[in-house]
Parts: sequence; C-alpha cells; structure tokens
Amino acid sequence: MTGLTLLIPLAIGAGLVGLAAFLWALQNGQYEDLDGAALRILIDDEAEDDGQA
Amino acid sequence: MSAAAPAIAASPLDLFAAERAPGRMHLDLAVPGIHCAGCIRRIEAAVRALPGVEQARVNFTTRRLGVDWRAGAQRPDAIVSAVEALGFEVHPFAAGEAAAGDATDASRQLLRAMVVAGFAATNIMLLSVSVWSGAAAATRDLFHAISAAIAVPAIAYAGQPFFRSALAALRHGRTNMDVPISIGVLLATAMSLHETLTSGPHAYFDGATALLFFLLIGRYLDSMMRDRARAGVAQLLKQSARGALTLTADGGTEYRPIESVAPGMQVLVAAGERIPVDGMVVAGASSIDRSLVTGESLPEPVGEGATVLAGTLNIDGALTLRTTAVGESSFIADVVRLMEAAEGGRDRYVRLADRAARWYAPLVHATAALTALGWLALGFGWHPALTAAAAVLIITCPCALGLAVPAVQVTAASLLLRRGLLVKDGGALERLAEVDIVVFDKTGTITLGRPELCGALPLGAADAAVALALAMRSMHPLSRALTRVARAAGVAPAAIGDVRERPGYGLETEIDGEAVRLGRPDWVDPALGPVPPSRLQLAFRRGAAPAVLLGFEDAVRPDAARAVGRLKAMGLDVRILSGDREAAVRRVAETLGIADWAAGCTPADKVAAVEALRAQGRRVLMVGDGLNDGPALAAGHASMAPSTASDVGQTAADLLFLGEELAAVPTAIDVARRSRRHVVQNFALAIGYNALAVPVAIVGLATPLIAAIAMSTSSILVIANALRLRIAGRGA
Repeated sequence: MTGLTLLIPLAIGAGLVGLAAFLWALQNGQYEDLDGAALRILIDDEAEDDGQA
Repeated sequence: MSAAAPAIAASPLDLFAAERAPGRMHLDLAVPGIHCAGCIRRIEAAVRALPGVEQARVNFTTRRLGVDWRAGAQRPDAIVSAVEALGFEVHPFAAGEAAAGDATDASRQLLRAMVVAGFAATNIMLLSVSVWSGAAAATRDLFHAISAAIAVPAIAYAGQPFFRSALAALRHGRTNMDVPISIGVLLATAMSLHETLTSGPHAYFDGATALLFFLLIGRYLDSMMRDRARAGVAQLLKQSARGALTLTADGGTEYRPIESVAPGMQVLVAAGERIPVDGMVVAGASSIDRSLVTGESLPEPVGEGATVLAGTLNIDGALTLRTTAVGESSFIADVVRLMEAAEGGRDRYVRLADRAARWYAPLVHATAALTALGWLALGFGWHPALTAAAAVLIITCPCALGLAVPAVQVTAASLLLRRGLLVKDGGALERLAEVDIVVFDKTGTITLGRPELCGALPLGAADAAVALALAMRSMHPLSRALTRVARAAGVAPAAIGDVRERPGYGLETEIDGEAVRLGRPDWVDPALGPVPPSRLQLAFRRGAAPAVLLGFEDAVRPDAARAVGRLKAMGLDVRILSGDREAAVRRVAETLGIADWAAGCTPADKVAAVEALRAQGRRVLMVGDGLNDGPALAAGHASMAPSTASDVGQTAADLLFLGEELAAVPTAIDVARRSRRHVVQNFALAIGYNALAVPVAIVGLATPLIAAIAMSTSSILVIANALRLRIAGRGA
C-alpha cells in the first residue's frame, strides 16, 4: 500500500507530462508542416531557423 | 502582372498583404513547384536576404511561403520577383483562402479533446485493471476516487463536441447520434460518482472516457479529411482575376481591386491574362480563349467593338476594354446565382450514419428506459435500475457508427488521393456510390481543353528548330501546343533575331534575309485562302518555300474511350452535355460511342437537363470543368471536376482529379461503391455485436470489465474492416 502513494502519482504525473508536451507542441505549430520537417533535416547549413511557423 | 509601368499606383500584390502585428506585414504565397529540401533552402535564403524581411518560412506540406516584413521596408512584388527569379511559379493567396488551407480551429479543437480523452482513458484503464484483478476495500475506493478525479474534468472537456451537438439537435426537436452518446456518458459518470461515494464495486469511468476517445478519433478523422481537401482546393484556386489595371482620367494607370471597378471604366488587359470584367473592346485586337467559360473549344478573334466575358483568357494581344458589367450584373454572377439555386438537392442528402441514427437513437433510448422500468417493476431500487440503464447505453453506444464510417471514408479518400483524386468530404463518397448516370461536359473534361497537334511534326530538323524558336515567344495555345510537341521530339530552338508578333495573325522574323512566318495560313501564304472557322490550323513558311500546314484539334483524353467503356460495364448510363458546336460534340460522341448527347447548351440548359434526370428518379454524377458547368455540378447528386477546371467548377465539385486520365471517374465510383459496402458491413457488425451484448447489459451482468472488453473489441473489429479496403484497393 505504501508503494502506491509513490507509484500512482508517478504514473499519472508521467501521463500528464506527456499530455502537456503534446498540447504545447500542437500550440507551437510543430505539426503544421510534417513533410517539411522530414526534409529540413537534410539542409546542412547554419540557417537561422527558430523552428517556428 | 510583371508589366510594372511606373504610373501604377499600387501593385496588384498589395491587395494580398495583411498587417499581422503593428508595423509587421505578412504575405502568403503559393509556390506549387517546391519539391525538395534544396527548394526550401534556396527560397528561404533568397527571401531572407531581402532588406526588411524578418521571417520567411516555407511550409512544404501546403507548398506555401509565408513572409513577414517591416511595413514600408519591402514591397510584395519584390518578394515575388525574388522567388520567381529562382525559377518558381508563384501566386498570392487572399487572406480568406490562406485560412482555408490551414487546419481549421474545429479540427484542432477535436484533436485536443481526443488527446485529453485518450490520456484519461489510458490512465483510468490502468487503475481499473487493478480493480478488476482483485483490489478491494480501501484500495478500490482510492482507485475509484483517483479515476473520478481524472474522468470528471476530462469528460467535461472532451465531451463538449457531443454535448453541444446533442443540445442543438434537441433544441430543434430532433435527435441524432450525439443524444444517446451524451446521455450514456453523463449517466455513466453520475452513476460511477455515486458508486465511488458509497464504496460500491462498479465504476464505469474507464468505459465513459474510452467511449469518448474512440468517438473523437472518428470525428477527428472526418474533420481532417475535409481540411485536407479544402487545402487542396485552395491550392488550385488561382484563375479568377481579383483586380484590374484601369486607365485614369489623366491618362495614367491604376491597379484597382475588382470591387471598385465601375461600369464605364477603361481596363487594360495584357496578352496571356484573364479578363477581369465583362466589357467591350475599345482598342486592340487579340483572340480570346473562352473554353473555361462557355465550353467553346476554338479561340475567338476579337477586335474593336467585340464584347468579352470576365474569366476568359486573352491570348495574343493587349486589349483596352470599356467595362460593361462587374460584380452582381456580370455573367459570372449570373452563373453563381444559378448555382446557388441548384444546390438545394445536395443539402437534402442525409449521410448514412445520420440516417442510421434516426432509427438507432430512439431504439437505444427505449431499450435503456425499458431496462430501468423493468428493474423497478421487479422491485429493485433506483440504484440497480439506473446502473443497468447506464450499462445498456454504454454497450449500445454507436462506436461502430461514430468510428467505422469515418475510418472507412478516410481510408477510401487516401486510396483515391494516391491516384490523384481529391475528395471534399465523406458525404461525397456516399453520394458517389449511389449514382446511376454520368453526365460529361466535353471541352476540358472529355477533351484536354487545349489543342494538340494532329499526327507527327511535318517539318524538317532545321525548320522545326526555327518554328520552335518562334512558337516559344507566343502565349497562343497553338504555339504552345507546337512548343510541347517540338520539345518532346527533342528539337532545340534555333538562335533567331527579332521576332514581331502580329496579334490575331502570327509571328515573323528574318533569317539570312529570308522572311519566316508562323501563324494564320491566309496570312503566312495568301495563296492558301481563308481558313474555315471550324479548323485549328497554323502555317509555317520560310522564304519562298511552300508553306507547311499544321493541323490541331482539342484532343480527347487519351484513355477516354476506355473510361467510358468501364462506366458502361459498371451499369452506368453516359451522356454528354456541351456548350460547344454540334459538329465538335458529334465527333467526340461518335469516337467514344456515346449515343446520348446535346450540343450548344447554356448553363441553364445544363441545369435543366440534370434536374429533369433527377425528377425521373435518376442519380446524376456531373463531370465538368467550366464556369458554365458550375450550376450543373451543384445540381448533380455528386460531381467531379478536373484540376484544370475554372474556380467555379472546382468549388462546386465534390471530387477533383489531378491527372489527365479520365479513368479517374470509374475508379472513383468503384472505390466509393466498395467503401459503401464496407460501411454497410460495419453497420451489420455493430448490430450483430449489440444483439449479443445488449441482453447481457439488460440483465445487469455488464460489469465495467465486460463493457470495456466489448467496446474495445467492436472498435478494433470495425477499424480492421475499414483497413481491409486498403488491402483490396492495392490489387485494383
């Protein structure tokens, strides 16, 4: 029973972190151009990209 | 648009730039030619190098470039020129269209709700599994309490799309699928809260959240499909003129948005531009390509006094027009009015899932109510009665309808997309599956809508090189056809000197003191005599050598005969309704073996013919491209247009096909019919599953564990069935 007090908050906390990360990414425009992201990795210069739309 | 005379007060592009933040201008440009990482880098580097530009970002998915710059520090036309200088075709987006290309707020809202429901469902399931595997007493109560703490806010947030739609339906005295969903979820949540507070054994928090999660996946898929199609269409809409270059009283010129052009104003139209207004030619001579507007396949020569329609293409000479009609009174506005009147039929269509909901929802409500009453009648209290009713609602919840229909339709749409077909929404697929007659427009639909050389190039190597060099200087459709053929044959253009273009006649130059002409046969060599107006011909002559005649025709799409054959084999009737001349239509109809055709149709004639078919109980698939087809496209039970269609045609059509092959039409019908079969199968699966599970729920044996298993299995089953379409589609 004592293990639960640690494990449950941990499990739910991990889930919440994932949820928050996804919502942040969505808000931040990370999903706006998925095909472009796949190609941009091939561009190898010091472009002053800030990674946002 | 590059005619940048110094007197132009505002560039056409200024109309598209918008001020996003104070002092920061934004412009969206469509750049359809972007195809690799190199393109992204070159375009972004070139635009960022311009002074004043603060941000330039290519979106590869939508083939679009967004540019931000400090107000006043840069001009939109300079930005466009910078991209054009790299060899890309560029056209601007109006603000409304740009928004249409983005994922809509509705989709994003659904995605957020879906993720929240998914988070809640998985975490509660984790706790529920412990309860099912034997957690008892205080541990179970604790787990129920934690589940409640996750479920209640999650349902309050993620359930909103359903609650809103259910409320709206109830307010209009109707019921839809969202009513039993909402009642089921709310009742289950309320019962589970009661269980939690009274240390009861059964809480349905996992069922309620999993249900929302599955249904939201379906909703999101449906919404995403519409967005993707809308973005595709926005990409193609580019033909209508949005402004006009007008002559001012002092002899200067001014670029005006189309809304502020008044009848009587003089408008300048350069060669190769679309005509922005209905008007009368006051100066200049040219020929006009009306194929997208009236379906007429031959260019029409115009001179002073001729009338021209907005949306037609000015081919080979500059014209000055006096505006006779704009906006509400123009030909386009007439067509749009006809179109709006014709759209009623499609609005009456009720989608399959909604049709099923009409009898399913009352049935579910009645079963749940009877269950509760039965338990009460047998002397049990309110609590077991309501628990059993909630279990019935959860078990019967239309996962199959909510998830399986969009799953099938999204699968079908992506199958079609890979073959170059863009589907605007799921309802379009359902309607397409029901059609029993296909009505084709001719020009631009059965034919390619552009002239092609008949036979091989009848010129020697040296002459062909000179003819290509001449033809490349002209925008005339015949010159462009000649350029295509010569290029395809591997001819390289000869180096030639000055070329003079005589609007309406042709091109001439001199080589080694010899005059070389390419153009109208009677101008190239008067001995050839006048050309019959129904023939598309060019002549080429070098010096005193005899002139060579080049014949052209608006070629039928290469696979048209096969496509028509397939349609007939599928049991569909085929008919042609064309605005072109009788002789041209007869020839095409006979080539393809279509007995049922009509020529010289006005837009109103086409609508009337489609309406007449509908009155006979036929379901019409209209396939057309022109402005004149717009109303008929809207009137048809379903409609398709090639991607080369006019804006009006593209907006009115349910499906767009991108390639040159007419096979897209039978393919689309075939996939639509198969997807309908899969939807019906999924309904059958859902009903069969309910027949098994509902008795269990009615007698009160549907514990949360059984509900969870039943719900997940049925969802997996219908999704698997939807994916079968993809496997079957690979073979076809």
